[in-house]
Amino acid sequence: MSEPADRRLPLHDWHVARGARMVPFAGYAMPIQYEGILAEHRWTRGSAGLFDVSHMGQLIVAGPEAEAGLDALLPADLRILKDGRLRYSLLLAEDGGILDDLMVTRRDDHFYVVVNGATKDADIAHMEERLPRGAVLDHMKEQALLALQGPKAVDALSRLAPGVEALGFMSGGAYELAGGPAWISRSGYTGEDGFEISVPGSRVAAVAEALAGEPEVKPIGLGARDSLRLEAGLPLYGHDLDPETTPVEADLAFAISKRRRGEGGFAGWHRIMAELEGGPIRRRVGLAVEGRQPVREGAAVVDADGDEVGKVTSGGFSPVLEAPIAMAYVPAASAAPGSAVRLVQRGKIFEAKVVPMPFVPHKYHRKGAAV
Amino acid sequence: MTVYYTKEHEWVRVEGDQATVGITDFAQGQLGDIVFVDLPRAGRQVTTGAEAAVVESVKAASDVYAPVSGEVTEANSALADDPALANTDPEGEGWFFRLRLSDPSELDGLMDADSYKSFCDSQ
Repeated sequence: MSEPADRRLPLHDWHVARGARMVPFAGYAMPIQYEGILAEHRWTRGSAGLFDVSHMGQLIVAGPEAEAGLDALLPADLRILKDGRLRYSLLLAEDGGILDDLMVTRRDDHFYVVVNGATKDADIAHMEERLPRGAVLDHMKEQALLALQGPKAVDALSRLAPGVEALGFMSGGAYELAGGPAWISRSGYTGEDGFEISVPGSRVAAVAEALAGEPEVKPIGLGARDSLRLEAGLPLYGHDLDPETTPVEADLAFAISKRRRGEGGFAGWHRIMAELEGGPIRRRVGLAVEGRQPVREGAAVVDADGDEVGKVTSGGFSPVLEAPIAMAYVPAASAAPGSAVRLVQRGKIFEAKVVPMPFVPHKYHRKGAAV
Repeated sequence: MTVYYTKEHEWVRVEGDQATVGITDFAQGQLGDIVFVDLPRAGRQVTTGAEAAVVESVKAASDVYAPVSGEVTEANSALADDPALANTDPEGEGWFFRLRLSDPSELDGLMDADSYKSFCDSQ
């Protein structure tokens, strides 16, 4: 067997030693699965899964104009973002198209931004071209990123990094983990409670080894990461989101903060406000597909005459619901929950119904919420 | 009874003019968790190399080609109800369909178990 001609991440040999099947993804060799996608998916929902997401871009934006510079690129209200808090946000083009989705954290005197692996080089070029002189972007190329996700993630991690149990959803802090510093936030991409852990690449094998040594934890591949995020209703950039898609169409208007809706001053504001007021022509929705056969990305949404009026952008088999589910862009008139939608895949017709997302309820650890 | 194998990782078990078709252990390992199969109805004519069934894993959809020509006599309803049988017992309970051979000489072009093993090792 030939090795994939892709860049290697710091944990490459660790994955291979644990029996991972490696595949090319975002320009890297990444683990798609260890024991199997269904088993890994269920393990994460029931215990804790360890994911290597070191392909993602970890950026620092610092300097006196960092906040103003990011304000012009993102629709988030950074003014009210407290120290150690995260926001989901979108890197927007001038026409309101989505260039990437990301997490931005205020960390003392700078912002820490995590962007997608496949888009990070373009994101950095876009941002560097537009940030003012008083804002400096640093790509932390040597930094690795792990995610520990699932209902028992807090039990495993708090044993190794005492104090993390006090973090609320979408907040983070600096901790000691496996003999060195780590930035840990309570966040993730599975719909479960869990953490994301940023450590230097030189130490990530020791950190992964320590985490995987806890009885609740197993390593999980990209295959289950995709089925978990689909059940959680979370869009995947390059599939459910792209430069042709606006935040309102993508049902991500929650990422356009209230103050910025009124004040504007970010890329795409005019189009986004028009869509917020008049409604978009199409919208991202969740679909429950009849039968058992999965309908996948690329399948057409068709009207009563069989004409294509939309597209499935993610689809698969939900291990929790034991049924096929999908995300699709459909005409606004068909976007309300309960609407019947017809799909065509490889010449075969599938009936589906618009359902609210997430497909499987989120279990985030919100501070102040009843436990 | 003789078992033959194809380069598309199907097996064919032949008894007289009756053949049972399924996917090999190697194939199920590559596909991963199987969640759906679409099987041909009894009475359908299938021809060598043409799509006869569809198997969907969590990851992707794959066609299953007819390894030999003939008329389908039975589809495995137990597999349709529990597609994971193709993972747990691919060369037994997880069979796909049976057919009546229309041209037994087509079997000559298929591999025996030893040749198939060498073929998999070279993949």
